Amino acid sequence: MSKINPKAEATLEKDENEIANRQTAGLSQRQIVIKRFVGHKAAMASLFTLIGIIVTVFTATGIRVGGESFGFTIPGWWPYSITDIDPEGAIASMCNGGVTGCPTLDLAPAFMDGDGVKFGNHPFGTDIIGTDYFALVVRGAQQSLMVMVIVSFLGILIGTVVGAIAGFFGGIVDAVLMRLTDMFLVTPVIVIGAVIGFRFGNLGVIPLALMLGFFAWMGLARFVRTEFLTLREREFVDAARVAGASNRRIIFKHILPNAMGIIIVVGTLLMSGAILIETSLSYLGFGVRPPDVSLGLLISEYQGTFSISPWLFWWPGALIVSIALCVNFIGDGLRDAFDPRQRKHISIKDRKRAKEMKRLNS
Amino acid sequence: MRCYRGQGVDLLQYVLRRLGMMFVIVFGASFLAYNLQAYSSNPLSAFTESTEQNKSFLIAKMIRDLQLDVPPPLRYFSWLRGIVGGLWGDFDMGLSRNNIPVIELLAQAIPVTIKLVITATFLAIILGISVGMITAIRQYSRFDYVMTFISFLLFSLPIFWVAVLLKEFMAIQFNDFLADPNIPPATIITIALILGFIMASFVGGSKAQFLTVAAGGAAFSAAALTFMSGSNWFLEPALGIFGVSFLALCNAAIVIQLISGLDSKKGRIAGFGTAVSIAALYYPLQTLMSANASLVNVLAIFAVTISVGLTIGYFVSDIDRRVYSRISFFTAFISTFPIIIDRFMQEFPGYMNSDAVNRRPVPTLGQNNDMLTPEQLENFWVAGLDTAVHLVLPTIALTLISFAGYVRFSRGSLLEVLNMDYIRTARAKGLTERTVIVRHGMRNAMLPLTTILVNDFAGLLGGAIITEGVFAWKGMGQLFNDALRGYDMNLFMGVFVLSATLTVLANFVADLLYGVVDPRIRIRK
Repeated sequence: MSKINPKAEATLEKDENEIANRQTAGLSQRQIVIKRFVGHKAAMASLFTLIGIIVTVFTATGIRVGGESFGFTIPGWWPYSITDIDPEGAIASMCNGGVTGCPTLDLAPAFMDGDGVKFGNHPFGTDIIGTDYFALVVRGAQQSLMVMVIVSFLGILIGTVVGAIAGFFGGIVDAVLMRLTDMFLVTPVIVIGAVIGFRFGNLGVIPLALMLGFFAWMGLARFVRTEFLTLREREFVDAARVAGASNRRIIFKHILPNAMGIIIVVGTLLMSGAILIETSLSYLGFGVRPPDVSLGLLISEYQGTFSISPWLFWWPGALIVSIALCVNFIGDGLRDAFDPRQRKHISIKDRKRAKEMKRLNS
Repeated sequence: MRCYRGQGVDLLQYVLRRLGMMFVIVFGASFLAYNLQAYSSNPLSAFTESTEQNKSFLIAKMIRDLQLDVPPPLRYFSWLRGIVGGLWGDFDMGLSRNNIPVIELLAQAIPVTIKLVITATFLAIILGISVGMITAIRQYSRFDYVMTFISFLLFSLPIFWVAVLLKEFMAIQFNDFLADPNIPPATIITIALILGFIMASFVGGSKAQFLTVAAGGAAFSAAALTFMSGSNWFLEPALGIFGVSFLALCNAAIVIQLISGLDSKKGRIAGFGTAVSIAALYYPLQTLMSANASLVNVLAIFAVTISVGLTIGYFVSDIDRRVYSRISFFTAFISTFPIIIDRFMQEFPGYMNSDAVNRRPVPTLGQNNDMLTPEQLENFWVAGLDTAVHLVLPTIALTLISFAGYVRFSRGSLLEVLNMDYIRTARAKGLTERTVIVRHGMRNAMLPLTTILVNDFAGLLGGAIITEGVFAWKGMGQLFNDALRGYDMNLFMGVFVLSATLTVLANFVADLLYGVVDPRIRIRK
């Protein structure tokens, strides 16, 4: 860290403000947010990784639309499913004395170990009864992603409605709604989740996620309420009211768009939390049950065989971590993008470009 | 309670109103939980596949015992009567399904859970806050980016996954390593380089300074590791008088730098003087730590060292007595830990070679070793060591997980404070950078942290359910697990009400504390 004398610091700060202002000149609020988000490298990389994971996971084994008796299946590009047991006699031909099939994935290029990059029939190996492990992990990831989406959608919806009503109307409505929020809030989510999962876990992942969603809104409701409390005192709300706008119009047109930042940011936290909750519940046996598959379930099933077949343990964990990590980074990028106080870090490149422009202008 | 002066009546009113609210919230939450659990579980499902002759009799008996014919919302009130009975001294949480009073089960479980989480919580707080504040001071440095990435990574880790990895690498492979505790030179060099860079990133400074510190740190770590590997240190660990004095001096340096700055002569005398006298007390204190010692002896040791420290602080200073007393107090308090740890280490070879341990000291499961002899259990230090080794894995797992939250929160908090006008004023007054950051920055940044600290202690149960399951500890989490699987309504409600009450109380205490530490906050009338 180089020492900066106060005078230089003052001019530097002025410069930085100028650079920051010039970067956002003539753009609408939404454009500024998008521009800032796109400039956040870690968030953009995470966004693309997450999209990649989602696309891979949902196209691989196909999706069943509708129930058992009706509906149709969109076929996937992966040849095996979680119900194909030992499709090619993979166990017998494999390592570990035929206990589990070894992974055929080999990412080390030819010049390193001479085998070359290849995926093989079972890139993630097979499990104890010979089911393709890639299909299992993909199925687990689908479940986790669905939980993530449903829980965060419900959580955001309920949380926003409760928080908005409490914050906007205040008084007795606020007091009642907030005490209600506190009642839900005193219980750790995992406790409520365990109770719900114990009952709904065997019905499949969607009922579980729906129920979890009803207990995931409290944190957001508090944030939204605080935001509404400050926003409703602002001049533009008074102006709208004087102009004769109805409460509904003020809430939806004037306040909600300004509270979008906090909703989106807390929403992403909710998403990564939901994934960890679902996998933890399944790990404990309160969530998704066999014969269905979940990432947490796979880990709890194969933690004991770590020393013989570590890949059965690594892959589901790696997927949980990468999904949660991507969501967290995207959330961080969104927070930076939505926070007007947070000045973007001015890189050396920006500064050089600004100097260049100044020189050209003069 | 400075800020409440002259508003005693208001405060009383406020406290009473909050207490009333807390009753309402706990009542509502327990009603919700009771019904949720009652409607989502069906104890009779155990009989659906039963082929016993007296099946219908058993079903009728269970319905009568568990009052299943009463609808849950009404059944709740018969449970509530036992709780409300506490008002006239007739408190009753009911019996568990094994006919053990719930309150007894809770009394057994609470200390276990507290033992499990307390070390991890303190470690996470201390490490998290210091790392978070350093990243804030060096915002946008390489250290900041690396720590940001690491804390996001830790945020995203499921604790049960970390636990399995720890069991494999920290326990099984470390135990294997102890069979032949020699570190190969290549590993020593790698570890030393990594440690050197970590130390240098903490210290910071210009590039030359960074490299000097990194090289020095690496050389020191390499020397230490070579010594440890060559002298069988891992089998016969000890700090000895040299280790204790070295740690005491390092600790004194940090404490002095934080409180008065290393350039203060009196600060140096107070801090280093205390450190030297603690080291000198090493041999005399051993007499206090015999095999039949107890917790009282440990407290006595702290009393001795702290009073020595405070005496030094008192005589060093004539003005600013509080500052120098604080330096010697913290130096003495923290430097006492190595002496006690050293005493535990002295028992390690014997413990490790005993039949119960069989040369594999780091366990993967359980809260104590059942096979220890009565003689070993009576020895305070062996029993303590046994608890300590069982705590290693859960503590690392819990620390890793909660560390990230503190890093992010304290970083954000300090950054916000450093942007305030009073920091600019402090700089403009010509105060040193150390004073600006420590006194004006860090102190104010700590204020909002009180809230999450208190809440974290209350949220123990949530964390304990998974951790206790993975490491097979029998605490609150395990109790909750049993209650859920065994359709044990009274037990379930016991655990629930305890944790709900703790959370509500913690929120209340946090709000009050916040008012005390931050005079800007006034209670609302």
